Amino acid sequence: MTIPDNINVILATDCGSTTTKAILIEKVDGEYRLKVRGEAPTTVEAPFEDVTRGVINAIEEVEELSGRQILKEGEIQTPVDGDKGVDIYISTSSAGGGLQMMVSGVVKSMTAESAERAALGAGAIVMDVIASNDGRLPHERIERIRHLRPDMILLSGGIDGGTVKHVVELAELIEAAKPRPRLGSGYNLPVIYAGNKEAREEIEDTLANVTDLQIVDNLRPTLEQERLGPAREKIHDLFMEHVMAQAPGYKKLMNMTDAPIMPTPGAVGNLMQTIAEDENIDVVGVDIGGATTDVFSVFEDTFNRTVSANLGMSYSVANVLAETGLENILRWVPFDIESSDLRNRIVNKMIRPTTIPQTLVELKLEQAIAREALRLAFEQHKSFATSLKGVQRARDISDTFDQSMAGETLVDLESLDLIVGSGGVLSHAPRREQAMLMMIDAFLPEGVTELAVDSIFMMPQLGVLSTIHREAATQVFEKDCLIRLGTSVAPFGSMKKPKEAMKIELTLPSGETLSKTLNYGELSMHPMTFRETATGEVTPLNGLDLGKGKNNPVKVELHGGEAGLVFDARGRRPFGLSDKGEMRINKLNQWYSAMNIYPEE
Amino acid sequence: MAHAYTPGLRVSAKTNLRKTRRLPLTGDVVVEVGDIVSADDIIARTELPGNVTPLNIVNQLGIVAEDAPHCMTKEIGEKVEFNEVIAESSSFFGLFKSTAKAPVDGTLESVSEVTGQVIIRQDPVPVELRAYVDGKVGEILEKEGVVLETNCSFIQGIFGIGGESSGEIQVVTESESEPLQPTLLDESHAEKIVVGGNLLTLDAIEKAQELGVKGLVAGGIHDTDLKEILGYDIGVAITGSEDIGLAIVVTEGFGEISMAERTFKLLKENEGRKASINGATQIRAGVIRPEVIIPSDADEDAPVEATPDVVAGGMSAGTLIRAIREPYFGQIGEVTKLPAELVALPTEAKVRILKAKFSDGEEVIIPRANVEIIEED
Repeated sequence: MTIPDNINVILATDCGSTTTKAILIEKVDGEYRLKVRGEAPTTVEAPFEDVTRGVINAIEEVEELSGRQILKEGEIQTPVDGDKGVDIYISTSSAGGGLQMMVSGVVKSMTAESAERAALGAGAIVMDVIASNDGRLPHERIERIRHLRPDMILLSGGIDGGTVKHVVELAELIEAAKPRPRLGSGYNLPVIYAGNKEAREEIEDTLANVTDLQIVDNLRPTLEQERLGPAREKIHDLFMEHVMAQAPGYKKLMNMTDAPIMPTPGAVGNLMQTIAEDENIDVVGVDIGGATTDVFSVFEDTFNRTVSANLGMSYSVANVLAETGLENILRWVPFDIESSDLRNRIVNKMIRPTTIPQTLVELKLEQAIAREALRLAFEQHKSFATSLKGVQRARDISDTFDQSMAGETLVDLESLDLIVGSGGVLSHAPRREQAMLMMIDAFLPEGVTELAVDSIFMMPQLGVLSTIHREAATQVFEKDCLIRLGTSVAPFGSMKKPKEAMKIELTLPSGETLSKTLNYGELSMHPMTFRETATGEVTPLNGLDLGKGKNNPVKVELHGGEAGLVFDARGRRPFGLSDKGEMRINKLNQWYSAMNIYPEE
Repeated sequence: MAHAYTPGLRVSAKTNLRKTRRLPLTGDVVVEVGDIVSADDIIARTELPGNVTPLNIVNQLGIVAEDAPHCMTKEIGEKVEFNEVIAESSSFFGLFKSTAKAPVDGTLESVSEVTGQVIIRQDPVPVELRAYVDGKVGEILEKEGVVLETNCSFIQGIFGIGGESSGEIQVVTESESEPLQPTLLDESHAEKIVVGGNLLTLDAIEKAQELGVKGLVAGGIHDTDLKEILGYDIGVAITGSEDIGLAIVVTEGFGEISMAERTFKLLKENEGRKASINGATQIRAGVIRPEVIIPSDADEDAPVEATPDVVAGGMSAGTLIRAIREPYFGQIGEVTKLPAELVALPTEAKVRILKAKFSDGEEVIIPRANVEIIEED
């Protein structure tokens, strides 16, 4: 696979479990821009069982829409020849269930958690975490390993030079379980060992004969250090060599691409890191799908990804109900509805996952459920994206008032600069204001935070592109992928009785002044388009805080977007949502009309 | 997307069904091509590897791990019995002895000199695979299972719970729009597959369980009742392993929804015949629908011509459809128009729609994603 120096036309596909999406990027006037996008059903399953058929179909749609001939006798024509062909073709994949892994470590909150982070960061679904202290009996762990049938196992444990016994014990359990790979039976299950280097010999003695053992550097060489790179890279290599090679048609697809195929969420994670690095910001990204919700974050240069495997808007929508409870969904519904009616509607969406809301009532219900799915997925992310646990920290007198501890979440809503949402319910919401408010309600950002959505979900393709052509990836991301929604300004703190909560003094792009005061519990929006900026001061009042201390004013530069500026005085920690039926409905209707998110009925 | 549609569920009065039956692991197939089998016949066998029980003898014997292999009184590969001594150590010139005993019956598989862990594997567990439907063995999948062929009536449901079962079909409601009430059930329904109309009530399910009914089929069920029966919320539609004593097949969806007239009629016509039922559902990639299979008495050697599957997406004016989402959920109508342009819904989303006329003459707009084609023979 050689990457040409001069790249002008790029074709990228993402083979999802239901749809294969192709995008065509061209360099026009020195700038990389999205030209067209095409899609076709994925063809991994019977009766086709060949992923490349769906890829070719999607490319044919791109050809039709762009007028560029890309295929020649069923193959992608490279390099560009006049107005035919493309310079490179790249792809990501989550079809056939994506990459499913089991991870194992000695201490659940230490090496096992680091191993989980490595697997998630590489784009895997973690089926289970086996640890010496996971509360299960040894035979229960063996039973579990035997039944899981993962694509691969990541085994870690112990710092370099530490105890050998515990990690070898885990290897013995794996050996006894004789796990078989999920796809195909003609090869041994890949096991990556990334633990105490002193134990390598014993691990080889135990596992080399019964598995395809690969050894990489310890992912936790010391308690204070986490080095996930080598393990992640090995996961990607094995994903290509073993998992992809077993899935129908992928050998062909691998021959077609000019760079290794990446697992879809791994590619999205790459892109998030690129953006955070280039702009030097803290970012949260969320992709809410039909079956799963992925959350990505970069805080203090640390990347984390979590997958909430059973939180989604169609296949798993009933599980959102099961996990959050009916009450939590109902609190976002701005009208009365019988609980049995709501339950039936939710499970009917689960069994008919491709249906769409036709009425406003259905849309409002769907967006209420989305708030809870996003909130739960973000909660799970916050509790996983933590600083390293088990680390001793030296403290001096200057730390007296700094209560941060090892194992605390890295997700800091105050320092968060940008939230990027994607997935049907956000990207395809009929009004952009709906996507904006769904994300604000679910994530409750504090201080000043920008929000955006991925217009047509091309983050996976751009993620893999960023590994070979960063410039093209970031240009298309900024210009064509990201739709800026606007900025949220939200002080934190709460009040028992509603008093004045925030005073806004802004100079608008027109030169006019926006001056208003919001009471606690109010929400207000000021439309302002993308590339417009308002500057001035916002002062939190009556004990609220915008990040500079209680009641202290903050100088702001606020960017507009397709929705605009949202001033949120509803409070945080806790967020004040009344649980009394009528009051709650009134409040919701006030907020929704302040944001103008629904048409008049 | 050009190909977005929801294919209808299959309901065939007459079809030649090929049913693949596979063992969970490779094993022995005990039938041959051409054999006529009945639902309860065993067609393949295998043995699942026995459970593994680890035992760490280091602490029990007060030894270091590297001495573990020398303390064993049993060889690797040797059979051991529950409570039998498998390792011992002595101290003070043999005055004090410590022993480790086997926690289970099994075979000694390994002893680790790094950890002192001893692995005992229990005897394999035999697994027998039954035919599940009456039919003829059409193909042998070597060491894995068989493909059975059967001439039958075939009904797919939308959602079900409970695993494979079989029994005689008994329709207890007068029509497809009448609920299956507990008062309609009595002792005569034991071992039967009982069919109702638009709703399976909680009381009826509980009574059916008491009576020993094998399966229940109806148009709808309330989610609250399903939760009551299972004791938990169904999170994702992957079912089949619920242990509730019977199989349930819901043909239309959640709520009170009349069973499709054609489905009800077909079940009524087959009243008194033996059928196989499976509630297993998987609404994900590799979709599995719950089903009722009613083998016919026709000559097994002469496969009937299968009802051709209507190509979904081939919708045109006159096609019968069912709305599968609010506000028209469950209603059946005829397509009158398929406009090509996108149309704005009350939600303001612009989507491809169709116009349909219901039996009461009302003409409505429905997103194409929200209908299912009703396949006709």
